[in-house]
Amino acid sequence: MHVFGFAKRLIATTAIAAAMLAGAMPAEAQNKVINVATIGEPPTLDPVGVTADLVSIITQHIFETLYTFDGSWKLVPLLASAQPTIAADGLTYTIPLRQGVMFHNGKPMTTADVVASLDRWTKVSPRGKQAGAVISGITAKGDAVEITLKERFAPLLPLIAMSNGAAAIVPADMIDGANPLKQFIGTGPYKLIEHKPDQFIRVGKFDAYKSPEGPASGYGGHREAKIDEIRFVPVPNASTRVEGILAGQYQFADSLPADMATRFSGQEAVKGIMVRPFGFPLMIMNSKTGVAANQTLRQAVLAALSPSDMLLAGFGNRAFFETEGSIYPKGTAFYDAASVQGYGAADDKKAAELLKKSGYKGEPIRIMTSMQYDFLYKMSLVAQANLEAAGFKVDLQVLDWATLVQRRADDKAWDAFFTFHTFVPEPSLITFMNPAYPGWWDTADKKAALQAFNTEADPAARARKFAEIQKLFYTEVPTIKVGEFYNLAAQSKKLTGYQPTPWPFFWNVDLAN
Amino acid sequence: MLTYLARRIAGMFVVMFLVATVVFVIARVVPGDPAAVMMGAAATADDIAALRARLGLDQPLPLQYLMFLRDVLSGNLGDSIFLNRPVLQALGERAELTFFLTLMSVSIAVAIGVPIGIVSAVKRGTATDQGVIGLAMLAASLPSFWVGLTLIQYLAVELRWFPVAGYGPPDASLGERLRHLVLPAIALGLPNSALILRFTRTAMLDVLHEDYVRTARAKGLGQWVVVLKHALRNAMIPILTVVGLTAAILIAGAIVTETVFGLPGVGNLIVSAVLRRDYPVIQGALLIVSGIYVLINLAVDLLYAVADPRVRY
Repeated sequence: MHVFGFAKRLIATTAIAAAMLAGAMPAEAQNKVINVATIGEPPTLDPVGVTADLVSIITQHIFETLYTFDGSWKLVPLLASAQPTIAADGLTYTIPLRQGVMFHNGKPMTTADVVASLDRWTKVSPRGKQAGAVISGITAKGDAVEITLKERFAPLLPLIAMSNGAAAIVPADMIDGANPLKQFIGTGPYKLIEHKPDQFIRVGKFDAYKSPEGPASGYGGHREAKIDEIRFVPVPNASTRVEGILAGQYQFADSLPADMATRFSGQEAVKGIMVRPFGFPLMIMNSKTGVAANQTLRQAVLAALSPSDMLLAGFGNRAFFETEGSIYPKGTAFYDAASVQGYGAADDKKAAELLKKSGYKGEPIRIMTSMQYDFLYKMSLVAQANLEAAGFKVDLQVLDWATLVQRRADDKAWDAFFTFHTFVPEPSLITFMNPAYPGWWDTADKKAALQAFNTEADPAARARKFAEIQKLFYTEVPTIKVGEFYNLAAQSKKLTGYQPTPWPFFWNVDLAN
Repeated sequence: MLTYLARRIAGMFVVMFLVATVVFVIARVVPGDPAAVMMGAAATADDIAALRARLGLDQPLPLQYLMFLRDVLSGNLGDSIFLNRPVLQALGERAELTFFLTLMSVSIAVAIGVPIGIVSAVKRGTATDQGVIGLAMLAASLPSFWVGLTLIQYLAVELRWFPVAGYGPPDASLGERLRHLVLPAIALGLPNSALILRFTRTAMLDVLHEDYVRTARAKGLGQWVVVLKHALRNAMIPILTVVGLTAAILIAGAIVTETVFGLPGVGNLIVSAVLRRDYPVIQGALLIVSGIYVLINLAVDLLYAVADPRVRY
C-alpha cells in the first residue's frame, strides 16, 4: 500500500515537473534578456532636470526627443518627421511631427504633448533654460510645432537633441509644472517595467513602438527592440563589473578602468570595447575671484603643466588617452589644431616668467580635486608637482565629490578644480561655455565670439567661428583641457549589432543563442 | 526582571533621541550638497538653488531639525531625495538581504570561531594552538575587499559555482537569492571568525582552571563532556557578547563587502546616501540601525540570564 502510494506521488511529481519544464522552456528560449552593469544608481529617471550621463544611458531607451544625432554627429529627426523649416530671419522654427507615434500608456503623441514637454524643458532643464532665454514662444501649428526666438540661436536644435537635460516628449497630463515626473512614460522602443533602487532597472520591449525611417546610424534612423528585456544593474565597483562580465553574469559592462583592458584579451566569450571619442579632463580656473582671476597667472599655469604626464598618471594605458589640445578631437567638425598655442608646453622657465609678470606674491593656489574619480586625483598630483616646480604655492584640497560640487559654487572658496566632460556634439553644450558655470568665463571678447558663433547657421562658418573661440580659450585660459581620454567597456560576444558610443544604447542590438 | 527591562527601555529612548540629534547635526555639518550632486555637471548655481528650495533645504537648520524630530515621533523618517520613495520603504526593501547576510556571516563566524577556539584552549601551548592562533591572526588581518575579490576570482569566475554580484534576477527564488549571499557571507564571516575564536579561547582558558572543572574531571567525566558541558556553558557570556556585537556591527558595517559584491543592502544604502548627501536616508537609516544595535545589546544582556543562571535582573 505504502509502496504504491509512494510510486503514485513520484509519478505525479515527475509529471508536474515535466509539465513545468515543458512550459518553461519555450518561454526561456523566446525571452531575450540582457544584464547591463552600470557604474551605479541614477539620481532620477526623469531625464529633463539633470545632465548626469548615467541618467541618459538608461532613460534614452524610454524617452525620445524631436531630433537626435546620427553616426557622424549630424542632427536627424527622431519624433520630428523632417528637418525644421527655418524662417528667413532665423527666428521661427517649424518642426513637423511624425504621426502615429504612441506613448507607453497607449495614447498617441499629439502636438499638445510636444508643446507642454518643450515648455517644461525650458523651465526645468539646465540645457532647456539656455534655450529658454532666447525662446519667445512654443505653439502648435497643425501637425507641427512652432518655436519662435527673440534672436538667432543656432544651438537650438542640438540642445533639443541631447539625451541629457533632455527635451523628452512625455504625455501632457503627466506634467506637473516644474516638479519631477512621477510616471516614466515615453515613446521609446523600451518601456519601464520595474525600478528597484540599487538592484535593477528593468525596461521591456514596447510592442506598439513606431520607429523613425531610414537606415540606423548612431542614435538616428531605424530603431528596433530586438531584446525583450534590458536590466540595468548598478555595480559601483569597477573590478566587480569586470569579473561579472567575465563570469557571464552581465552581457555588457560600462566604464571599466583602462588598466584592466588586458583582462579581455584572448577571452572566448567577452571582448573589450574602446569608446572614442569619449571625454576630456579639465582643470577649471576661477576667472572671477582670487589669484586665478589674473589672466597672466592663468597663462603661467598653462605653461607649467605637462598634459602628457598628467594623462599617463591618470590612465596608465597609452592606448586610452591622447595629448590633444583642441577642444574637439580629430575627425569632428570643430577640430582645430592651429588655435591651441601654449598647450602642452611644460615649460617651467616660461611659467616662472609669466608668474613674475602676473605680480604673484606666493599666495596658495587652492586646487580642489576628488578621489572619487581616481584619474582626476592622480592628474591633480602631477599638476601640483608641475606648478610647484614653476614657483607656485599649491594648496591641493582633496574632497569628496559632493563637497567639491557644492564648494565650486562659491567663487571665494577656490582657485581651480578638476573635473571631466563627456564628448558633446555641439560646443554650446560644453559646460564652461556657459558664463554661469563655476569658473565664470564671461569676458567681453568671449561674449562677442560666442554670440557670433551662436547666431551663425552655416556649418563651415560655425567651425571657423569656433576656432576663434578656441584661440581665445588659449589666450584667456579660463580652463585647461588636459587631453582626450577613451572609455573601456566590455560586451559578451553573443551581443550583436552593438555600436560603441559615449551613451551606450541597446535598440538594434540582438542576443545570439 | 520587569523593572530592569523598563529601565533599559526608558534608557533606549534617551539614547535614540541623542542618536537622532547627533546624526542630524553630523549630516548637516559635513559640507556637500545633494542638489548639486543630483543636477549633474551642467547645472548652474541658479538651477541648484531652485532644487534646494524644492527639497526644503533652504530652510533654517533649527527648523529642519524640529521638522525632523516631529516626523520621527510620528513614525515618519521622511522621503529619500534620490530614491523617490519613503526612507522606511527603502530600508524595508533592503532588510531581507541585510538580515540574511548578517545571519549567514555570523553563522559562518560562529561555526568556525567557537569550535576552533575551544580546541585551541584545550590544546593550549601545543603546535595546534600556535597554528590556530597564527591562522586567526591572518584571517583577522585580511581585508574583506581582498577576500571578496579573491573569492569572486576563483569561485565565481573560474569555477562558476556562485554568482559574482547582485541579489539575483527579479524573479529569483529565496534559494537563488541566498546563493548570491554565500561568497559575501564568507568574506565577512572569515575575518570575524578570528575575533570570535580569540574570545572563545580566552574565555575557555579562564574557566578550564576553575575548581568545578577540576571536580568534574575528578568525577571521571570524559574530556569533551567536561569541556562542552561544564566549561563552555560558563564561558558563554563573553562569547555571546562578542557574537552579539559582531551581528550588530555587520548590520550596517558590511559596507565594503556590499560594494564589492554589488549588494543592495543597508550598508550600501548608507554609503550611497552619505556620498550623495541624501540627508533623510542618512538620518533614518542610522536611527534604525542604532535602534537595532541597542535592541541586540538588550537581547544579549537578557541572554546572559539564560546562559548563566547566577545572573539575575
